[in-house]
Amino acid sequence: MSNLLTIKGLKIEGRSDETWTPIINGVDLELKKGEVLGLIGESGAGKSTIGLAAMGYTRDGVRISDGSVEFDGVDLVNASAALKRGLLGKRIAYVAQSAAASFNPAHKLIDQHTEGPVQHGVSSRSNSMEDGVELYRKLRLPNPDEIGFRYPHQVSGGQLQRAMTAMAMSCRPDLIIFDEPTTALDVTTQIEVLASIRQIVEEFDTAAIYITHDLAVVAQMADKIKVLLRGDEVEESDTRTMLSAPKEDYTKSLWAVREFKRPEKEAVPDGAVPVVSVRGVTAAYGTADVLHDVSFDIHAGRTVAVVGESGSGKSTTARCITGLLPPRKGEISFDGQVLPLDYRKRTKDQLRQAQMIYQMADTALNPRKTIGQIIGRPVEFYGGLKGTQRRERVNELLDQIELEPSQYYNRLPSELSGGQKQRVGIARALAAEPKFIICDEVTSALDQLVAEGILRLLADLQDKLGLSYMFITHDLATVKSIADEVVVMKDGIVVEQGPKTEMFSPPHHAYTDLLLSSVPEMDPDWLNDLLKERGVDNIGDAAVDKM
Amino acid sequence: MVTLFVVSIVIFVAVNLLPGDFAEAILGQGATPESVAKIREDLGLDQGMIVRYFQWFGGMVTLDLGTSFAQLNFANSLGGAGTVTVADQIAPRLANTMFLATVTACIAVPLAVTLGILAALYRNTAFDRAANIFTLSSISSPEFFMAYVLILFLAVLNPIFPSLSNIFDGMPFSERLEKSMLPALTLTLVVTAHMMRMTRAAIINLLASPYIEMARLKGLSPMRVIVKHALPNALAPIINVIALNLAYLITGVVVVEVVFVYPGIGQLFVDSVKIRDIPVVQACCLIFAAAYILLNLTADILSILSNPRLRHPK
Repeated sequence: MSNLLTIKGLKIEGRSDETWTPIINGVDLELKKGEVLGLIGESGAGKSTIGLAAMGYTRDGVRISDGSVEFDGVDLVNASAALKRGLLGKRIAYVAQSAAASFNPAHKLIDQHTEGPVQHGVSSRSNSMEDGVELYRKLRLPNPDEIGFRYPHQVSGGQLQRAMTAMAMSCRPDLIIFDEPTTALDVTTQIEVLASIRQIVEEFDTAAIYITHDLAVVAQMADKIKVLLRGDEVEESDTRTMLSAPKEDYTKSLWAVREFKRPEKEAVPDGAVPVVSVRGVTAAYGTADVLHDVSFDIHAGRTVAVVGESGSGKSTTARCITGLLPPRKGEISFDGQVLPLDYRKRTKDQLRQAQMIYQMADTALNPRKTIGQIIGRPVEFYGGLKGTQRRERVNELLDQIELEPSQYYNRLPSELSGGQKQRVGIARALAAEPKFIICDEVTSALDQLVAEGILRLLADLQDKLGLSYMFITHDLATVKSIADEVVVMKDGIVVEQGPKTEMFSPPHHAYTDLLLSSVPEMDPDWLNDLLKERGVDNIGDAAVDKM
Repeated sequence: MVTLFVVSIVIFVAVNLLPGDFAEAILGQGATPESVAKIREDLGLDQGMIVRYFQWFGGMVTLDLGTSFAQLNFANSLGGAGTVTVADQIAPRLANTMFLATVTACIAVPLAVTLGILAALYRNTAFDRAANIFTLSSISSPEFFMAYVLILFLAVLNPIFPSLSNIFDGMPFSERLEKSMLPALTLTLVVTAHMMRMTRAAIINLLASPYIEMARLKGLSPMRVIVKHALPNALAPIINVIALNLAYLITGVVVVEVVFVYPGIGQLFVDSVKIRDIPVVQACCLIFAAAYILLNLTADILSILSNPRLRHPK
């Protein structure tokens, strides 16, 4: 059988400061009809760029400098814009990472769905509408007859992602590019979308390129996997071979990330006073309660992971502890001493005790200040150090986060990589010499290898300085590697809490069980087995709703 | 409403800060202090400012704009054939101004939005630059200059439209329209640039958003991407700029009215200031303020209607 898509020696360059720098250095790719290829790599590996190039499309400031992209006999690199427009949407479709951003907020879903078929002359508006409803039903969207008449903002993220898959199918294309379609979703929602995508791709025998950085996800979806590193192909083979016997060191290192684990700590002695104690906290935004009677303790030198999906109240709990959002009811104490609920009423020393590290290091660091100033500010504010003393303390902190002081002191955040910025965020928290640090999704914006480095650093610092962490995350793999105790939250309620070992061994609370079993595993049969076990109509949100 | 109240105070104070008063202005240099005092007393100008404000404001609330000093005096000296109220005097002028503003808006708004869309579609091409240069140069030259240029080309060299726009009551609509054409075109040139550039900028701003990329990847034509996908999301800023310019058409057209001898409210306003006819000046100011507030309110409402997120909350 001939290839549907053939990419040969593809080179792509991006423009930065008047010069063209290579992004993709000669990648080959072949795809047959009905075949699913997984493209995997860290951020900056060029996955999305290749995905878009497979449609003959490049973003502004990016150009294809060499090589060919041939789709069913048409050379997409040199084809005219009109010829490409005839193929795009009709024979090659695209599913973007964030459906919430990629649906036009000004139009109803069904209008956006029918636009492709009508404009390409594939079918009439009314036929396409019927087909849309049918696809919504196939993708198990709730109220398939009505959901299309809603605007994008009225539909949840997971549902939008499925509606976007339906939209991609609207012209029955031969090839769909899925660009990280589940990355922004919760685990339970992710499963639903994965199952839907796979079902529909199989049913219509559509070829697909599935782009992701999550190995376990790609294992469920792809027939073959290609690993990319900084614009170069590392290796390609069929999924099972790739998982069981990766050849290259880089691939092996990707596989190994998930194996970082901390040794068990001894149990907390009875009667020990917890560093942080949260008692019966109820908090509200406006008039709606978002936290209900939340209680847990964090002991010295230990890590409590707070787990839950988006909207479960994890970050709100953190805001209550720091006093940014004074709770409506309840009590927060440090070292047995009850704190004022509003941060404005706390003393400087009480404020010093609890520090935060944020998810987006990009936005949490002032882009106009140098690293030395960013870390120096809390050193001066809390420690009262000035001049050379301040400089020495900052250098000491930079040493602790494994950044060479002489090199980094005068740099701006924009000159640092994502992982380095997060390290600076950690140093800034440490500068106050706190006992307790809240880490709010600190690794979720980072690539796996970088994230692991951050986790190791946090673990080392805990051992050296006796810090306590409250670790907010939705990633259970991170919980497994770093936590001592786990608090599971859902809809502002703590559904289960206890030591990690207990939490990860049965019996679980039903919701914990659902969360745990929804985390994709590297086994390519995992999704099939899970669907068999739960039944197609009882996965993801549907399962959550039944609780 | 609160805004209008505050504005009315500001107007009153500002107008009363003007040097001189009606009595001095009307009697000229040879006025005796006695006659000045007499007129002041007749008109109530000898009372305190706060008293006068509340008299005026009280009338305002009951839609009584007061009596024009100039007409009062005139009528009295002729033997008191009845007085002309401010409302009587302003109403026809305001209607004329509204007519001119409407004609201009009907030409300028569609023109500006279309040019803006086309400039966004063919951005950084010769067309885009030409449109920008043309609209910017027309906004940068003084209004009276543009007016005379138009008179030169459209009235003197090619007599298409009349150069004088002295319209009056009872004139047939078509003739009225023809006479208003030159001032309308002049004003169009003045307001188009702002609206066009905002339309262009608002659309181009959105072109980097993921849903525009998605629309392109659906194989839609560039025109459709812009009109159907970018424009609806760019409406809010465009509507606001349009409202601002419409308000300008009502309140800021004095120069153009003078050039074309168009009997609008702007001329009346300037004349009244000259002779310190305070009730008319204050009423004009208040009408201008109300026009601004009303148009901006309309713009806000339209912006909300154009945004499905605000129209259909979750």
